[in-house]
Amino acid sequence: MALLDIKNIHKSFGGTEVLRGIGFSMEKGDVVAIIGSSGSGKTTLLRCINFLETPDSGSISIDGGEIFNAEKSYTDAEIRKNRLNFGMVFQSFNLFPQYTALKNVMLAQQLSISRGLPRSEKEKELERIRERSLSLLNAVGLEDRAGAYPCELSGGQQQRVAIARALAMNPAILCFDEPTSALDPELTREVLRVIKELKTKGMTMIVVTHEMEFARNVADRVIFMSDGVIEEDGAPEAVFGSPISPKTRAFLSRPEL
Amino acid sequence: MFQEVIIALSEGFLKTLQIFFITLVGALPLGLIIAFGSMSRFRPIRSVMRAIVWVIRGTPLMLQLIAIFYGPGMLLGYNIWGTGNFGRNAAVAVAFIINYACYFSEIYRGGIESIPRGQYEAGQVLGMTRPQIFFKVVLAQVVKRIVPPMSNEIITLVKDTALARIILVYEVIWAGQTFIKKAGVIWPLFFTAIYYLLFNGLLTILFWYIEKKLDYYRG
Repeated sequence: MALLDIKNIHKSFGGTEVLRGIGFSMEKGDVVAIIGSSGSGKTTLLRCINFLETPDSGSISIDGGEIFNAEKSYTDAEIRKNRLNFGMVFQSFNLFPQYTALKNVMLAQQLSISRGLPRSEKEKELERIRERSLSLLNAVGLEDRAGAYPCELSGGQQQRVAIARALAMNPAILCFDEPTSALDPELTREVLRVIKELKTKGMTMIVVTHEMEFARNVADRVIFMSDGVIEEDGAPEAVFGSPISPKTRAFLSRPEL
Repeated sequence: MFQEVIIALSEGFLKTLQIFFITLVGALPLGLIIAFGSMSRFRPIRSVMRAIVWVIRGTPLMLQLIAIFYGPGMLLGYNIWGTGNFGRNAAVAVAFIINYACYFSEIYRGGIESIPRGQYEAGQVLGMTRPQIFFKVVLAQVVKRIVPPMSNEIITLVKDTALARIILVYEVIWAGQTFIKKAGVIWPLFFTAIYYLLFNGLLTILFWYIEKKLDYYRG
């Protein structure tokens, strides 16, 4: 059974239909790269998956269980629970500026400690969260910067903290929205290296990206979106090597690539 | 003579301080409620709040003091404030709190709306509730951003307390003025400036300290 199954997602803003029937599924451990020109709906799709936008129609299932169907309505609590299946890494990092790197990773876990716990239990739990957060920072190569505030970190370091923060909630699928678009080439490399490492650990990921090299070399599968539909979907060798759709061919042959 | 003036002015200034602190205690939280109201997604609440803010900010505080103190008596035919000093002080508190809450609410609103949407979204995707996002993520950033405009408004409040004498509340300016009639000297009136300057100097240092305290991060 597919880990993630998305069916027929439609989304309009005002009169503009940005997503016009998107459907795809992916297995556990898959790394899917979504490419396409600006305005093709890539980011909107990712935001729909993370419940930052509500699709007008369609459904989303995890492990065969439906977690979203546009026909039904959901309470805030249900949405909060369902969106924890996904982690999200933003183009602009969106770290909390008033907290250290470590506290950024800890905060959401800390807030999920149940209030009823006796004090001694709470402290034990807090210590466990601390340890875990430090090891997540370690995994992205930033254990020595745990006490630094976001403004004291480079863009690449900030994005790596953001990845650790997203991993902290144990998502089944980690989503990246153009994670390196705000970074220069050198910092881009360090972030992409972290994503590659996550792949070797078996993390299931959806990466919206403009980094064609990365899509080609790291993704198991590449989806090319154009005008709100999936124009091409296949192994990187197929999509980059012998694209079927003329639109894909036109996109890939742009001079700036 | 000098000692007599100091005693009278100090007594007046105690009243000034009382108006100042009572206004802050009431207006700081009330302003937040008005700010939330004026950002409400429910249109009638938003419209009513914005109309109130418009009226309060659009008319002189002096007029509002008179309206709140004399208005009920004229409309109801019965003076809800009573005849004693307590009623006058209460009327001053009500007028000042409403007036300053409206100004504060706009500062709060500006601060809240200046926080990038990405901060809310980052909280959302981590499974935080709306109150958690506001109190744990947004609020501290809002506080940092509004310290300079709030310090401006609060220093203005110190001087606005002088308006209370329009409904016969004995604050420091009035205390100074009495010496013109009583002793034929005007210097006690000008001397009140020392009190304002010293107190506002204290506030300036306090706000400088708070800004320094919040300076450990940017953004």
